[in-house]
Amino acid sequence: MKNETGMTLIVKTVTRLTTGLIMIYGIYIILHGHVSPGGGFAGGVIIALSLIHLVLAFGKDVLGRKFTIERGVFLMSLGALVYLVYSAAGFMGKRQIPEGAAGSGIFNTGLIPLGDISLGLLTGIGLFVIFMLLVSLADREEK
Amino acid sequence: MSLYFLCFILFCVGLYAVLRKRNIIKIIIGIGIIEYAVNLFIILLGYRLQGRAPILSGDQEVLNMVDPLPQAMVLTTIVVGLAVVVILTGLAIRIYEKYGTFDITKIRRLRG
Amino acid sequence: MTILPFFIIIPLAGAFLSALLGRRVKLFSDATAVLSCGALTLFSLNVVKLIGAHKFLAYNMGGWMPPLGLSLALDGLSSLILVAVNLVSLMAAVYAVSYMRIYTEKWKFFSLFLLMLAGMNGVVLSSDMFNLYVFLEVASISGYALVAFGTEPEDLEAAFKYAVMGSLASVFILLGIALLYGYTSTLNMADISVVLSSKPRGTLVGFVSVLFLAGFGLKAALVPFHAWLPDAHSSAPSPVSAVLSGVFIKTLGIYAMMRVFFNVLGISDKVLLILMVLGVLSMVAGALLAIIKNDIKRMFAYSSISQVGYIIFALGIGTPLALLGGLFHLFNHAMFKSLLFLDAGAIEYSTGKRSLEKLGGLSSKLKVTGFTSLIGSMSISGIPPLAGFWSKLIIIIAALQSGYFGFASIAVIVSIITLAYYTKFQTFAFYGKLDEAYSYIKEAALSMKVSMLALSLICIAGGLLLLPSMRPFLQSAADVLSNGSGYAGAFLGAVK
Repeated sequence: MKNETGMTLIVKTVTRLTTGLIMIYGIYIILHGHVSPGGGFAGGVIIALSLIHLVLAFGKDVLGRKFTIERGVFLMSLGALVYLVYSAAGFMGKRQIPEGAAGSGIFNTGLIPLGDISLGLLTGIGLFVIFMLLVSLADREEK
Repeated sequence: MSLYFLCFILFCVGLYAVLRKRNIIKIIIGIGIIEYAVNLFIILLGYRLQGRAPILSGDQEVLNMVDPLPQAMVLTTIVVGLAVVVILTGLAIRIYEKYGTFDITKIRRLRG
Repeated sequence: MTILPFFIIIPLAGAFLSALLGRRVKLFSDATAVLSCGALTLFSLNVVKLIGAHKFLAYNMGGWMPPLGLSLALDGLSSLILVAVNLVSLMAAVYAVSYMRIYTEKWKFFSLFLLMLAGMNGVVLSSDMFNLYVFLEVASISGYALVAFGTEPEDLEAAFKYAVMGSLASVFILLGIALLYGYTSTLNMADISVVLSSKPRGTLVGFVSVLFLAGFGLKAALVPFHAWLPDAHSSAPSPVSAVLSGVFIKTLGIYAMMRVFFNVLGISDKVLLILMVLGVLSMVAGALLAIIKNDIKRMFAYSSISQVGYIIFALGIGTPLALLGGLFHLFNHAMFKSLLFLDAGAIEYSTGKRSLEKLGGLSSKLKVTGFTSLIGSMSISGIPPLAGFWSKLIIIIAALQSGYFGFASIAVIVSIITLAYYTKFQTFAFYGKLDEAYSYIKEAALSMKVSMLALSLICIAGGLLLLPSMRPFLQSAADVLSNGSGYAGAFLGAVK
């Protein structure tokens, strides 16, 4: 086999072009979760898919030392904690649509997109961390 | 009515895979098939004759919508099924590391 | 009223915080777990006082009225099980602070532990069938991961078996919920019981009963579905075994079965007869298989199957006295079985072995462990005046009052067999000659001693729960079950 990791040249070129577009599409679904179908879960899965697409095409070392698993776990639990605080604030009597804070555009219902964003962060990073853990587990056994 | 029967056949296919196959990965795939069959059954329960998508718009009336509650149930159930398959796959990889085989007839150190 | 969501929010927040900061700050996850469990125990005792005044608490999520919205509901039965769950989890968390030094990565353990606690609390508090299923799955998946925590080959194999069987059971439960939704077009438990009492009982309710019996029966380890329990409970780390065997099979299996069969579907005599027969089978099979074992934790696991058989047998009899006895035995068994598993863990922590053939004469070195395991063994065998005697006495008296003389005599014989194997455990482990290889072993660590002594105190004082001043604690739980379809009326009256 060639000494390069990953797949062939055609796949690598197409991946460079499409990964960013897939991630932007996922972010679009998350941010418009309160007016159109989608929301946190579906958008998070699409973001995870774009990252997995990158790893599948280029080999598992493509993300280098900046996106380690510990940072992924940190971001994932941060997203879970923000979502928990957001829902707990709802039942403690504070509103999720602060008065007078309704903006325009996607914030026309107040703070509801915050829940979607944190859920998207949790799902996306979480699924990607699970994929990287399974890859690194499988890699260890080949030694 | 025949649609529910086909869901049941899919469930039995998955159950056959869990019960009779010897490879761990095939057992995990069988559990995945069982969960897809049950999710499909739940969504089909909500179908109304000549219904349309349950989205409330300003200019349309509320007649003839399919039931949206099973769709909300299935969203959660799909994620739960995903979590179960992930845990089973992680366990399968670790078992391969320790035992060296995927055959469940050879993974029998616990007895009694 | 607004105290109810805290039972789910506090352990969930603790789990996420432990995952966030547990790696960087030393002892952060331990402190979070112990503080959350302690706070939850205080809340559950407070809730018991509130139930005495109000009889039924309900909290509507977001202010939406059921059956349109979800709600969390608490009555006497839920309060009893909440106290048991939170108390045992507190003891196990305090114990795990020292015990988990043997394993690596304590923060992962406490994260999963708090997630399992959140799931169990959610199961007990939910008043909606689908909510029950979601929390059941949260607790079960954390359970699968916790059983495989020490990654020896046997642990992984046991966890895989448990995961496959447990997820099949969850799929059966989901199928039952889906069929029930298709028949009654509502998911709220009180609403389902109201609709079912007005529609004619066809074959669908019977089919759904069988599905629920199979699904919840596997989670509770009744006899045809018990095959996962000995492997899973003996391979898990000891605090996890204590929580699994003490409260997990009771909330996910027995509580959910009672709630669905007594309050939602409505009891019929056929279901009671099936429960009684399965209970007797579990009693006998568990006891007979436990005598011949040499591994301490496997013996305790089979003993769990036997005692759960007692509880299901008592529930199957159906008279108010039997329900009181069954629920009292549930609470007692949570206390002494977790104490016994913590003792087995202490023996393993000190000597590194678990097999009865190699141990002997440990009571001269491990004084606290020996004393607490003696209390636990005497209590579970039914020796007066410890707690286990009273609950078994009530069950046998109730069986005799209803005329089931054969089953009552089987219960007495099984109790004698229980005494036999616990005497075997005590003799082989603690009395006899001390091997020279064990002359250097030390006593267990301080936090382990504290939790074991606290649980043994509760075992000794458990009989006091039958005094007339403390009896409302148990009686309100039994009243909910014997009330049956009155649950719907109480629920709809409390949400207004």
